[in-house]
Amino acid sequence: MEGFLQQIVSGLAAGGIYGAFALALVMTYLATSTVNFAQGEMAMFATFVAWGLIQSGVPYWLAFFATLVLSFLGGVAIERVILRPLESAPVLSITIVTIGLLAIFNSMAGWLFGYTVRTFPSPFPQSPLKLAGVVVSPHSLGSLGVTLALIGLLYVFFRYTRLGLAMRAAARYPMASRLVGIRVGWMLALGWGLAAMIGSVSGMLIAPVLFLDPNMMEGILIYAFASATLGGFTSPAGAVVGGFLVGIIENLSGTYIRFIGTDLKLTVALAIIVLVLIFKPSGLFGRTQPHHT
Amino acid sequence: MSAPRIEWVVPAAGATDRHAIWKKAGAIGLLALACALPWVSSDYSLFQYSQVYSYAIALLGLNILTGYNGQISLGHGAFYAIGAYTAAILMDKLGAPYWATLPAAGAVCLVAGFLFGLPALRLEGLYLALATFALGVSMPQLLKYHHLEAWTGGVQGIVIAKPEPPAVLTNAGLPINADQWLYFFALAVTILMFALGRNLMRGRVGRALIAIRDHAIAAEAMGVNNALYKSLAFGVSAMYTGIAGALGAIAVQYVAPDSFNIFLSLVFLVGIVVGGLASISGALYGALFIQFVPNIADDISKAAPWAIFGVIMIAFVYLMPTGVAGAVRLLLARRKSP
Repeated sequence: MEGFLQQIVSGLAAGGIYGAFALALVMTYLATSTVNFAQGEMAMFATFVAWGLIQSGVPYWLAFFATLVLSFLGGVAIERVILRPLESAPVLSITIVTIGLLAIFNSMAGWLFGYTVRTFPSPFPQSPLKLAGVVVSPHSLGSLGVTLALIGLLYVFFRYTRLGLAMRAAARYPMASRLVGIRVGWMLALGWGLAAMIGSVSGMLIAPVLFLDPNMMEGILIYAFASATLGGFTSPAGAVVGGFLVGIIENLSGTYIRFIGTDLKLTVALAIIVLVLIFKPSGLFGRTQPHHT
Repeated sequence: MSAPRIEWVVPAAGATDRHAIWKKAGAIGLLALACALPWVSSDYSLFQYSQVYSYAIALLGLNILTGYNGQISLGHGAFYAIGAYTAAILMDKLGAPYWATLPAAGAVCLVAGFLFGLPALRLEGLYLALATFALGVSMPQLLKYHHLEAWTGGVQGIVIAKPEPPAVLTNAGLPINADQWLYFFALAVTILMFALGRNLMRGRVGRALIAIRDHAIAAEAMGVNNALYKSLAFGVSAMYTGIAGALGAIAVQYVAPDSFNIFLSLVFLVGIVVGGLASISGALYGALFIQFVPNIADDISKAAPWAIFGVIMIAFVYLMPTGVAGAVRLLLARRKSP
């Protein structure tokens, strides 16, 4: 029973990270109806920037917030410069451009920071806690807290601020928003910036666990895809819940289903994506999308 | 205002019959060039050209799905891997002759593609991209899976023997070595697959696929069985890519899980965009691009070749949305019309 609880807790800890990153994917999707395949590499790059800052003697939290600002600006810039002209282009064009970005960021990180695996500091204490026979690392707890705080902030932002409301309106009803004076193009760019920022938070939370290298996010991207698909691509809270579920499923199936073990963990994510898309394409909490032809 | 967008290569109206003879002459010239290459190239270049043929078949397969039928696949490297492993296992474990592994790999991938295509029916655009991306990412892990290790060789992969030129030719005194023979074998397979692909896409099936891509509901109304054709497109596309994978494995004489990572799938997608979507000849241009441009990118910047690759990819979306095949067609059309 303790083993089972331990797996659930580990699953929740991993799931919090998947959820935070899935949140970034959902943000981009809500703002511009695209899936950003470069989201993981952007987060990885931002984490390297934070690492660089910390290496040069900047205190952790200052580096953390500086990275958030830089990621936000980077995300806005990418949307304005590269994706703006593709506004009404078909999915294939946009997909290819984001894959191009994936290649660029991956390669640039390797070039600027090297391919050696590096340790990344955690702002939380090191010694593991023991609660009711279950071992929890303070970093997991801290990550969980950050993820939940993030979703809370986003909820408040989108629900109670003018800007958040304008962003939601611009994403869902671009024409009507334009008529009431919302600058739709800038709202979409803000959405990208926000997504890049959330992505960099998840990158900085993952790096102490997985270690930092240019290919850090490849596996995480798939889990985040699975989380966002399970929770629904149109629901930020759903993405976080999806993240927890995926983390738990991953841990339990790895432990209790003999033939999966640690070898087929990525395949579990594939199975989740395919099954959800077959049986409930809008995910658990997503809106059903109107059918366009 | 129209946004830059990737467009399908559309045949120029009227130009085809008037200039058919020039097209034929061009094709014969190309074939002559292809046959002359083995006598003037080094063994290593020949190996590279054999790789180009293998990629060309894979790209043709992906083009059938993405270019002609409009279904995005970001995981075709997985089918390439299945084809390669089918060939390697058949040769290594069952002692099958190398030429027999190609149809086998094709059959396995046809079934695999059709089965993956069935759930894909319900997925459109982005969601299909996601599902196939996940397939591409998880493939190396499946190939390393320890319960399959007896067959796949796990992380080590499988080494396969180089095919020897048939005794009939060597006994007749033809000075042909193994690399040259492999090249001709690859060339023959490529010509066969391209001829088949061209006929398939020009006929009833091709028109049905294009109709579904352009307007699914109208196609259905005209009596096209959308579900059947879409999953068939997936199957046939996977079959082409699987045969290409088998050919590639025979050329490289080695298969290992990590050579079939997600970047292979992405490179295939780049190949068809650069070559030209919904174009048969585009597959060949794309194959030349993905075989040789990484080397050029490597020369431009040793440190970040993938960055150059990414920039080229984005540049194509903006500047040459119909790919090389579309640009070639445009140039020809301009020269012809006074």
